[in-house]
Amino acid sequence: MAATAQPNSLRAGPDADGHFGIFGGRYVAETLMPLILSVEKAYEEAKADPEFQRQIAYYHTHYIGRPSPLYFAERLTEHFGGAKLYFKRDELNHTGAHKINNVMGQALLAKRMGKTRIIAETGAGQHGVATATACALFGMECEVFMGAEDVERQKPNVDRMRLLGAKVHPVTSGSGTLKDAMNEALRYWVSKAETHFYIIGTVAGPHPYPAMVRDFQSIIGIEVKQQMMAAEGRLPDTLVACIGGGSNAMGLFHPFLDDTDVEIIGVEAGGLGLNSGKHAASLNGGRPGVLHGNRTYLLQDDDGQITEAHSISAGLDYPGIGPEHSWLNDIGRVKYVAANDEDALRAFALCTRKEGIIPALEPSHALAHVGTFIGDRPKDQIVVMNLCGRGDKDMDAVMPKLEKMGLL
Amino acid sequence: MSDARGKAGVSRIDAKFAALRAEGRGALGIFVSAGDPDFETGLAILKGLPGAGADMIEFGMPFTDPMADGPAIQESSQRALKAGMTLTGVLEMVRAFRAGDQDTPMILMGYYNPIYSYGVDRFIEDALASGVDGLIVVDLPPEEDRELCLPALARGLGFVRLATPTTDDVRLPAVLKNTAGFVYYVSIMGITGTAEVPTDLVTKAVERLKRHTDLPVCVGFGITTPEQAAGIARCADGAIVGTAVVKTIKASLDHEGRATEATVSDTLGFVRGLADGVRGARRPAPHA
Ligand SMILES: Cc1ncc(COP(=O)(O)O)c(C=O)c1O
Repeated sequence: MAATAQPNSLRAGPDADGHFGIFGGRYVAETLMPLILSVEKAYEEAKADPEFQRQIAYYHTHYIGRPSPLYFAERLTEHFGGAKLYFKRDELNHTGAHKINNVMGQALLAKRMGKTRIIAETGAGQHGVATATACALFGMECEVFMGAEDVERQKPNVDRMRLLGAKVHPVTSGSGTLKDAMNEALRYWVSKAETHFYIIGTVAGPHPYPAMVRDFQSIIGIEVKQQMMAAEGRLPDTLVACIGGGSNAMGLFHPFLDDTDVEIIGVEAGGLGLNSGKHAASLNGGRPGVLHGNRTYLLQDDDGQITEAHSISAGLDYPGIGPEHSWLNDIGRVKYVAANDEDALRAFALCTRKEGIIPALEPSHALAHVGTFIGDRPKDQIVVMNLCGRGDKDMDAVMPKLEKMGLL
Repeated sequence: MSDARGKAGVSRIDAKFAALRAEGRGALGIFVSAGDPDFETGLAILKGLPGAGADMIEFGMPFTDPMADGPAIQESSQRALKAGMTLTGVLEMVRAFRAGDQDTPMILMGYYNPIYSYGVDRFIEDALASGVDGLIVVDLPPEEDRELCLPALARGLGFVRLATPTTDDVRLPAVLKNTAGFVYYVSIMGITGTAEVPTDLVTKAVERLKRHTDLPVCVGFGITTPEQAAGIARCADGAIVGTAVVKTIKASLDHEGRATEATVSDTLGFVRGLADGVRGARRPAPHA
């Protein structure tokens, strides 16, 4: 993690004020500032406390089911006819996605701070489910803000949250998706700052959230390193992950940032195409701005008004991206590309038929991009893709579309 | 007041509070979103505010994602954006207002992204040239002072900071350090328009602030009636009303959200009521 980074390391950020280059920071209302400073202090202390690390490791092993397998996707490799494709199978985690890695860390931190009431925002509902799960486990009160449109398209997850005892607040402002859920969660937090802990679900928000969530997700990349050494005796050539806010991607990428021979690719949601204006690709189609507590690339108009994102995947449907990704983009360490709705749907079907794994729509974007280049790579090369979630939640939304595309 | 002529930026704010001190009363600050419900109507409301008794104007720069605002101000911001308001349009309205009013402090209030997008230096220059006196930027805490606060202060543009119930004595000096014009005390834990102002707690909070600063202290978030405004103007240097004003605007619109004959007069009438309350609330003479 960051603490062991070398002086010229790309893993040393953020600085003391939470900046990654010009990105990051703490752009929040004064009401929240004292609280954010206390979260930062508590996290710094916890990070250095072996007991806290031991607790996290315990829940990784016995509750989440870590390490998740690093699986050689032989049939897909054969299908593409190029480099070897491995999946990091975080879809096998308890609750079905990588989101739980972060939630366990933050819930344990909340517990340490004596907070028993939790707020979360959610897009696909995976972060909401993970948060509701941890709250059930630790006996905490849980309120989840979710865009009204997402409540519709991710219904199974809404039911799971309710079953787990969480209160789900549908958010109708704006486009009724993740951005609006985050606005509403922040508004709610402003009114409950003294009693509630806000578990943010991705590597965005005011400092210390981007760094803290990254640290909790870095277990993904740390495991991949060890597992790849065991399987192939070397590091992979290429890493690929999808980007909503960027937490599963950062979790995979961060431990590899200083391994400069490793090519790293983040895949944004291209929606109906980058030229259509209907996408969620903040790096490929946005410019730097300030929203939700940090400076980062944002989809916005000429007047600095935030524009609405579009993606078939609720988890990627966000007009921003974590600040560390913005920095990695600008310094050129990570390449960011986009995959469209239709390509993601095709990859969804392909993965299901070839590997017997129903992926979530989010990592289907990553797989769609893998399909564009892996066939051209030599057979002795290795690509690792983060299969960060499973697709059960997407069935209702996906089936009619696959039917229409003739993919069933 | 002729002695305020030629003053601009933070000195116009200072002059206004000095004049009100001499009158022995607190200020009434009125918040409206620029261009709500449309440019023409919004400008007519703006121009009528001083005559209706507003001593100071908090002029909202509409933003798609107003994170510290409740539904009423979110909607007013949306109405303005839908009618085509931009930051350039906001400054145009200020310029038109200034042509007829040299005394009333004009504080732009909003969020950082539109300003950042406009360009900080160009914004400060254009704001001063248009007749803006101060800024309240909700999502720029002291930790981010280098962004806008310090460059604005260096050019004589006021930077008004929000202090809240969570701003403790340890943090207060940092919050007050680069504040100019006045201090805006947020009277409730929460977003605009979601709770009623607790007058007794506010009195204590203002006293606490006064121990740390000589700047005027104004109070806002949750003041809706002339009586509340009067109560606040008695214990603080000013009362700021926003949600109740934009709700009055909303109530006057037709079913398609367009301005009606009543929009300007209802809004200014409501402000007049608040002003009567504040003017009736004489304050004990200051010792100093
Ligand atoms: C399975 C899955 N992958 C990816 C994401 C996107 O988030 P992030 O980019 O933070 O990993 C989500 C968000 O809901 C998700 O559920």
